[in-house]
Amino acid sequence: MNLRKYLKVYKKFLHTSLASELEYKTNILVDLTTAILSLVGSIFLLSIFFQNNGNIGGWEFEQALIIQGIYTILNGITNTWFNPNLTEIVKHIREGTLDFVLLKPIDSQFFISLKKINPSGFLEIMLGFFLLLFCMRINQINLNLSFLTLSLITISCSICILYSLWFFISTTTIWFVKTWNAIEVLRSFLYIGRFPLNSFSFSLRIFFSVFIPIAFITTIPSEVFLGFSQLWKIMLEVIVASVFLITSRKFWLFALKFYSSASS
Amino acid sequence: MTSNLINRKIFTLLKVQYSNMLEYRVEIALWAISGIIPFFMLNIWTNNNLNESINISDVMLSRYFLCAFFVRQFSVVWVVFSFEEDSLMGKVSPYLIQPLNPFFRYFAQHVAEQITRFPFALIIGFFFFIFNPESIWIPNLGILLLSIVSTFLSFLIQFLIQSIIACLCFWTEKASSIERLLFIPTLFLSGLLAPVVSFPAFVKSWIYLTPFPYLIDFPANLLSGNETNISGGLSMQILWIFLLFPLFKKIWSEGTKKYTAMGS
Repeated sequence: MNLRKYLKVYKKFLHTSLASELEYKTNILVDLTTAILSLVGSIFLLSIFFQNNGNIGGWEFEQALIIQGIYTILNGITNTWFNPNLTEIVKHIREGTLDFVLLKPIDSQFFISLKKINPSGFLEIMLGFFLLLFCMRINQINLNLSFLTLSLITISCSICILYSLWFFISTTTIWFVKTWNAIEVLRSFLYIGRFPLNSFSFSLRIFFSVFIPIAFITTIPSEVFLGFSQLWKIMLEVIVASVFLITSRKFWLFALKFYSSASS
Repeated sequence: MTSNLINRKIFTLLKVQYSNMLEYRVEIALWAISGIIPFFMLNIWTNNNLNESINISDVMLSRYFLCAFFVRQFSVVWVVFSFEEDSLMGKVSPYLIQPLNPFFRYFAQHVAEQITRFPFALIIGFFFFIFNPESIWIPNLGILLLSIVSTFLSFLIQFLIQSIIACLCFWTEKASSIERLLFIPTLFLSGLLAPVVSFPAFVKSWIYLTPFPYLIDFPANLLSGNETNISGGLSMQILWIFLLFPLFKKIWSEGTKKYTAMGS
């Protein structure tokens, strides 16, 4: 593992994929509009929920907006990195081009997860940050170091969980060849992350924190943001994130044993 | 004679596509599962007693969301993605030579997929009734037929809109980003996530002039027995089809003139 080599390779990836994406300029413009409208739509939906009700699941409107902010950032990250790369795995396996990836003298998971980038997701990340800054003002949150580090830790854990979930499903392509729809299922479950975990019934809460820790990935960082998170929840998220990351890595190496190249 | 020919063509197309779709049963089952977002929404609504403000009882609301799920299952359209792939791969060229508009092929594909998906949707509906036994009801035959008609009209509207966007492929090569843009209002304004009755007054004042509420909200209200203006809704659906169809024909004939075969 040579960190400098990987950084250099990543810089090349960034350069080539940005250059190829920027060829479709109108496409990027349309995607940016989509990102803005999508945020407006979610806030609109949230405002319907709060129309006649002071809180849902104990969260007030101003507090629930934080969840939207974090969701938007995570969704932006998904659109920038996970979605373009991990849907590519399906193509690699169908067309047998995974052979070329495996032959390269760098780690295959690194190559497959970071090769491409979709710049239109950047705006979504920025929108999320602006919404968070706005929320900090209306919720009167004071910035301090411990709060910053804790929220940074929890958000990076959320990113790891999200990545592992995506990567896990994409890896199963090695057996099932086509997993577009499994990704659609994940996407529709991820939709739940826009709302506080407490607003669901008990059984769904269990489902979304034990089986697929989706509500988890936005609710815990938001609680940290508001300053009422317990330490055990943060610890739990760190543990879950590392378990997910390690398992996804193991699963990839395991799956590769079953890879038989297409058309050969 | 000609009608016989058309009938035979359509029948053959349907048969071919149905057997094609049956090969991907697992995928279609996953596709059906990915449509269960309305149930999560229902959970938020009932768990926080949000329905008190819009005067819909828990039972009626759960019927509404179940119907929204069914309407969505049978009106979902993905022409843009098929057409974009076919046009990028140069598969459209042989279709153009045949004496049949290629969109008939896509249309048959969608209908065949709906037939394949029907049992899976029924199973999901069955599970819904197990968890919510109080919401079981049997709509009368007339209403059932009307709602099937209006669901089909909703499917037609979406099919036409997407076909128009798909034709943009002739100019821009990548039309799916425009589709994603249009999906946002479809998601938030169609009544999939919240019934249109619950929208604030300033949205309700204009939304009934757009096609969106007729995509899911109207057929779902009709089927679930919630209050709705039946003749008004149906005539608006037909009106939109009459508006969109000439537009599609125009853009199709312009587009085929512009067509330069990819990959040749």
